[in-house]
Amino acid sequence: MTSIGTGYDLSASTYSPDGRIFQVEYANKAVENSGTAIGLRVKDGVVLAVEKLIHSKLLVSESNRRIQTIDKHVGLATAGLLADGRHLSNRARDEAASYREHYRSAPTLQFLVDRVGLYVQAYTLYSSVRPFGCSTILGAVDETGPALFIVEPSGVSYGYHGAAVGKGRQLAKTELEKLKFSELSLREAVMEAARIIYLVHDDAKEKDFELEMTWVGSETNGVHLPVPQDLFNEAARKAKEALENFE
Amino acid sequence: MFPLTRADSFAQRNDDAFDAYGTYPLHQRAPHKDVFAEGVQHTQQPIVTGTSVLAIQYKDGIMMTADTLASYGSLARFKDVSRLHPVGTSTIVGASGDLSDFQYLQSRLDQLVTDEFTHADAHDLGPAEVHEFLSRVLYGRRSKMDPLWNSVLVGGFRDGKRFLGYVDLLGTTYSAPSIATGYGAYIAIPILREAVDGRQDKLSESDAKAILHDCMRVLFYRDARSIDKYQLATVTADGVHVSDAQPLDTSWGFAEGIRGYGAQTQ
Amino acid sequence: METIDINRLKSGEVNLGTSIMAVQFKDGVVVGADSRTTTGSYIANRVTDKLTHVHDRIYCCRSGSAADTQAIADIVHYYLQIQTQTRGAPPSVHTAANVFQELCYTNKDALSAGIIVAGWDKESGPSVYNIPLGGGLFRQPWAIGGSGSTYVYGYCDATYQEGWSRDQTICVDHIMDALALAMSRDGSSGGVIRMCVITEDGVERLFVPGNELPKFWQGKECWARL
Repeated sequence: MTSIGTGYDLSASTYSPDGRIFQVEYANKAVENSGTAIGLRVKDGVVLAVEKLIHSKLLVSESNRRIQTIDKHVGLATAGLLADGRHLSNRARDEAASYREHYRSAPTLQFLVDRVGLYVQAYTLYSSVRPFGCSTILGAVDETGPALFIVEPSGVSYGYHGAAVGKGRQLAKTELEKLKFSELSLREAVMEAARIIYLVHDDAKEKDFELEMTWVGSETNGVHLPVPQDLFNEAARKAKEALENFE
Repeated sequence: MFPLTRADSFAQRNDDAFDAYGTYPLHQRAPHKDVFAEGVQHTQQPIVTGTSVLAIQYKDGIMMTADTLASYGSLARFKDVSRLHPVGTSTIVGASGDLSDFQYLQSRLDQLVTDEFTHADAHDLGPAEVHEFLSRVLYGRRSKMDPLWNSVLVGGFRDGKRFLGYVDLLGTTYSAPSIATGYGAYIAIPILREAVDGRQDKLSESDAKAILHDCMRVLFYRDARSIDKYQLATVTADGVHVSDAQPLDTSWGFAEGIRGYGAQTQ
Repeated sequence: METIDINRLKSGEVNLGTSIMAVQFKDGVVVGADSRTTTGSYIANRVTDKLTHVHDRIYCCRSGSAADTQAIADIVHYYLQIQTQTRGAPPSVHTAANVFQELCYTNKDALSAGIIVAGWDKESGPSVYNIPLGGGLFRQPWAIGGSGSTYVYGYCDATYQEGWSRDQTICVDHIMDALALAMSRDGSSGGVIRMCVITEDGVERLFVPGNELPKFWQGKECWARL
């Protein structure tokens, strides 16, 4: 990379002569090395799924969750540095709580995404801090209906029907593009999400992984919850079957 | 500015001497009391209020009731206000006293539940925790000389156990098989102790309903800040349920033949 | 230490001794108020506008201290402008009412303000909220407030019909009658009646001059002839 050795990549507060901020681009690298996270926005809800890579067999299963709950109706999945993701989710929780305090109603996801985006962006301005090494997928069902966004390390955010970040994002996006989000039910979306995570997991290169899945929508009464165990098992089983047929 | 106070002083106020805008030189002004001399005064009276809350333990859990009136002094100002607030999945909170303070407590509790939920650590709040929380909030405020003007009942059912507790504006707490706040503490408690205490494990839901219904009727007869419309809440293994507001049946027909106040017969 | 005695100062304040009101109907709300402002028994302003714009489709009716309620309305107006920008859409009446409530509740020791908030929004259509003295928040299909309201609770309870929700003109006439009755009995209310009809399409101002108020029983004396 041209940035190395030039001195323009040492600080987030320094541009390169062609207008880039290398520290932010490096932050994206941290995201690209992480296990995949995806989100599906369908007509009656949102599903979040994460391929959580298991670095050690000694880890307690289901620990270090990468999908968090921000507010009753909002979920957040991260790819990249786990601790950065947790810091951001705490920030998002504070934003949601303060919105509720002021306006006594549930914040829209757009609002939370804007606030989190503003916060993340501030970390691209100063030499004394490092940009966040994570991309976050936020999903919710709010007064405007189902909503799904990604906030990138630069602070920029986009809305999506299907979102993917992390190592397997390219393949995941290819799979997501085949789906008809306007026709999918929430349950079908759970099946697809599990299938895509199993598909993008490269077990030649990577160690074990744990599938993490949450949903919010009509089936959960608008509350962001882990996908129930029986449905989760069914989705995982079908995903493994599909994988065998795929290859 | 000045003519306004002048004009005013022509009218009712007898304070021509009062120099509202401090227009006189210091040495000519009437001596003022130091506003801090008597300490800082905080809230000091309830304004929009709710009357008694009653609650009892029964076989399946807890039953709580309160009427739906919000009074403004003696004015029956809002007639359809709920004073029973579910917290989480196993707790009901009912309040008498100042309703703006109760609404504040409701939002504090909702915040707490949301906080607890987002932590997703497989823990949630039961009635004992909610009761403890409220007692700390209420005691904390009375210690700042700025009390939240409520008497609160907390009822719940969790892990097969009933819970029923009381907290008031001083932070006083206690627990009993039957509790009532406000006028209910005078009028309903004797009835409830007789009907409930020691028999909690035998009382069916319909028994409990009937007992509370009778108490609410007596309270309607004798409490001048009550209304003949009330809600019932139950907390059982099935969770929290708050009923719609229902009317209270009352009887007055016996009074038709009453004449005078003593010897009079017609 | 020399200080101003705030309580004595407040007692000399300009008060909206007031009759105010709001009724919701299917397509919007009607808010109404008298126009009298007093300091003690002197009428400081006989043509006050107590219907205060806080957003395009949200108004409040103010009662209590003129200074307090104006300050509160200004702050809420400011908040709602900010919220419009951050949310990218007009605020809900619910939100506006909650901002009012928060201010009234947290500063209850310092304020005398009884406010009715009413308006129309995309989420819930028309709505009316009442925020009485202590800073509680109560949603109602119709609300009355201010010192004059105590004289017309019975009238409003007896007259209001659920079915009115379809008819704007009935609501307007009802407000006119109720306010005229309140103004005729309450010395702290009087002057003209101002009303606003707030719907999705806009806000229409209505005005009834003090010499054209609805007339009711005038209290004719009837001495027995001796």
